Amino acid sequence: MVSDTNPVKLEIQNLTIRYGGQAAISGVNLSIREHEIFGIIGPANAGKTSFLKAINRMDMFDSNMRVEGNILFNGQDVRKLRNIYALRSRIGVVFPLPVGLPMSVYDNVALSARLRGIKERAELDLIVERCLTRAALWDEVKDRLDTLGSLLSGGQQQRLTIARALSQEPELLMLDEFSIAVDPVTTMRIEDVLKELKSEMTIILVTNLVQQARRLADRTAFFLDGGCVEVAQTEALFTQQTRDPRTRDYVEGRFG
Amino acid sequence: MDNHMFAATELNQKNQRTEKLVRLLFILMAGLLILPVLIILFTLVYKGSSILSIDFLFTNPTNGMTEGGIFPALLGTIWLVVVALIVSVPLGIAAAIYLSEYAPDNWGTRLINLAIINLAGVPSIVHALFGLGAFVVFFKFGTSILAASLTLAIMTLPVVIVATRESLQAVPHAFREACWNMGATRWQTIRRVVLPNAVSGILTGVILEVSRSAGETAPIMFTGAVFFSPFLPQGVMDQTMAMSLHLFVVSTQVPNVPENLPYGVALVLIGMVLIMNSISIAFRMHLRGKKKW
Amino acid sequence: MSRNHAFDQRNLDWYIDKAVQALVFIGGISAVIFIIGIFLFITKEGIGFLINTLDLQEFFGSPYWEPSDEDAPEYGILALLAGTASVTGLAMLIAIPFSLGTAIYIAEFATGKTREWLKILVELLAAIPSVVWGFIGLTIMNPLIIELFDVPVGLTVLNAGIILGLMAAPIMTSIAEDALKAVPDRYREAAEALGATRWQVVFKTVLPAAKNGLLGAVLLGVGRGFGETMAVLMATGHAVNIPGSVFDSVRALTATIAAELGETAVGSDHYQVLFTIGIFLFLITFLINLTADLIVRGIRNS
Repeated sequence: MVSDTNPVKLEIQNLTIRYGGQAAISGVNLSIREHEIFGIIGPANAGKTSFLKAINRMDMFDSNMRVEGNILFNGQDVRKLRNIYALRSRIGVVFPLPVGLPMSVYDNVALSARLRGIKERAELDLIVERCLTRAALWDEVKDRLDTLGSLLSGGQQQRLTIARALSQEPELLMLDEFSIAVDPVTTMRIEDVLKELKSEMTIILVTNLVQQARRLADRTAFFLDGGCVEVAQTEALFTQQTRDPRTRDYVEGRFG
Repeated sequence: MDNHMFAATELNQKNQRTEKLVRLLFILMAGLLILPVLIILFTLVYKGSSILSIDFLFTNPTNGMTEGGIFPALLGTIWLVVVALIVSVPLGIAAAIYLSEYAPDNWGTRLINLAIINLAGVPSIVHALFGLGAFVVFFKFGTSILAASLTLAIMTLPVVIVATRESLQAVPHAFREACWNMGATRWQTIRRVVLPNAVSGILTGVILEVSRSAGETAPIMFTGAVFFSPFLPQGVMDQTMAMSLHLFVVSTQVPNVPENLPYGVALVLIGMVLIMNSISIAFRMHLRGKKKW
Repeated sequence: MSRNHAFDQRNLDWYIDKAVQALVFIGGISAVIFIIGIFLFITKEGIGFLINTLDLQEFFGSPYWEPSDEDAPEYGILALLAGTASVTGLAMLIAIPFSLGTAIYIAEFATGKTREWLKILVELLAAIPSVVWGFIGLTIMNPLIIELFDVPVGLTVLNAGIILGLMAAPIMTSIAEDALKAVPDRYREAAEALGATRWQVVFKTVLPAAKNGLLGAVLLGVGRGFGETMAVLMATGHAVNIPGSVFDSVRALTATIAAELGETAVGSDHYQVLFTIGIFLFLITFLINLTADLIVRGIRNS
């Protein structure tokens, strides 16, 4: 159970994100605590993906994107950092579209470690096996680790992406609709892994599958039309103790 | 009832005939473009192959250039091309990386692209004038391999830039984003993912540059290549003979040349160029079968 | 692997990245530096003539080119201009229909192996060096023209025009082919759905849509013709006169520079006027390339 005494990992203050003139998100405030699984649910185009991009400063590569407000990671303003790459290396992201890099499966998963200077083969072997196992991919590729990651099937590439994110040994893991590209059985396996990982890191889970949030998230936020409608303990959200009627409508499938 | 509905109408038949005629016309046009060239090539081989031999390639010319081989010219061309490559390939790859990975979409970038197109379109004799004015006279390199190669390098730079840039841009953007999300810097991403997958395009550009540099005459005529040099070049400040210039002078300014000599030189030059381009084409076709994503 | 919370430190990779950024930027602007440099240096060498001796009326209006006459040198490039224009004009007359035809055939009609082989042949054609083309004009076309047309001299506008046409055609074919390929398939599909034959689809739909790119290809060909040196030098003979027919010998601007530069003293009037011709050539090809690029870009922006 995540209590209010867990330190705040990520503090979002008055976040507004604009593309050109249009605001994708406006005035969002929330705090995410260490070692919790924080769910974000809401219909498409509610700004959830932009939210994630602002957190690890990927807005740097999109000249159209304007971010206002404050994002504090471990108490530090992410827009005032001197080494932005160090931030991103501590945050693992999994996007809905799987990406297998055009190098061997082994190299895919060893990449982050190599970027951080780890060269010892034995250590890399360990990291590769552990991350692929946690991503529910080890059994399928253990005999062909030299296959090109970009030539795997869609579901395999998504699990490879998850393995890569895990190989960063991140403090914060952000998953954006990860199960779209993965079959239901594998989704279950990964959900089990996420529950275990909670003790090692903080997890943000953006999902369209309301029931997935119910299964995994400690607290859940409901995003609608660019704003955060409410944040609550997940159980409360699903047992009709919502503060806002729109939340109840969404959760019960009346729209979205 | 007769099924006239799908029978060819008169208009249809006329259209089909026009279609056939037009196809024929175009095939003829393509043929007329290629056929004369094939005939010319055949004539070159017919008249020049009698002089070709290992000796021809590797011995020096004698008797006022009317006999003997073309070795110094061959060596000189290699010198010129290699030095030009050393200058233009790193510069060209850097420029392509900038344009593909860093350049913002503004007027400055458009200016750079315009400069590249114009650099490629400047007449070769103007490049020669520039080389003379800048490297021979102003920088005081004198007529030398250095001056000639620098002139060649600037002239063929656009070829390397364009080929490299295209192959860099062919790498899907998603790969870069995946790396950036993991905390890789731009350079780390380029070095580990983008560049290795663009090597084929870079090689194509390099081979193209080599082929063009080897064949150019005007830019080297006044900057470092000479028709006759008693010594082989020892360093970049020396003058040198070159294949392209050799062909020019032997066919226009040397009297009493046996007929097959200039044809032989032309054959070697065109052979070099065609072989290099064929390798590039074959390489590209081979790569097309090996998809990596 | 432990992580300290003081993670916001710049490491070696950070500095390397910044250094690379600076290096590639230098590479990027090198093209601009070079093109400006070319203009500056050729102007510097020709500036003496430009300021002191240049008489615009004589330069562009007089057909008498006598720069090495000690008493009364004349610097009229009209005949040279006519030489360049006539050879380029004839070359375009030959190259445009053939390259366009070949491009249309490759892009719209040919399939499979034929297409592959045609493209390869066009590419190899484009690789033939200009001095080899000049040699062909000198040794093969020359006697051929003398025999076929029963004329005394074979190094003429006709010779260079054909050679230049054959030289420019492959490049124009490539660019034209790109322009045709850029026309989206839905144009073709729409026309075909209405029952048009292949040729009608091309003529009525694809060609009009590609006209900007095709025009760009033609302009680039003209630019190439204007700037070609060795082939024209070897195939046109050395007579400085305004041609009356394609069987006259002429001298082109580029060839003049190539033929005479070697005999001038650095800094002399003759030397400087040759550089001035170079400035003129630079400006003309700059304009042609600029226009071609604007036209071709016109389609991409619309």
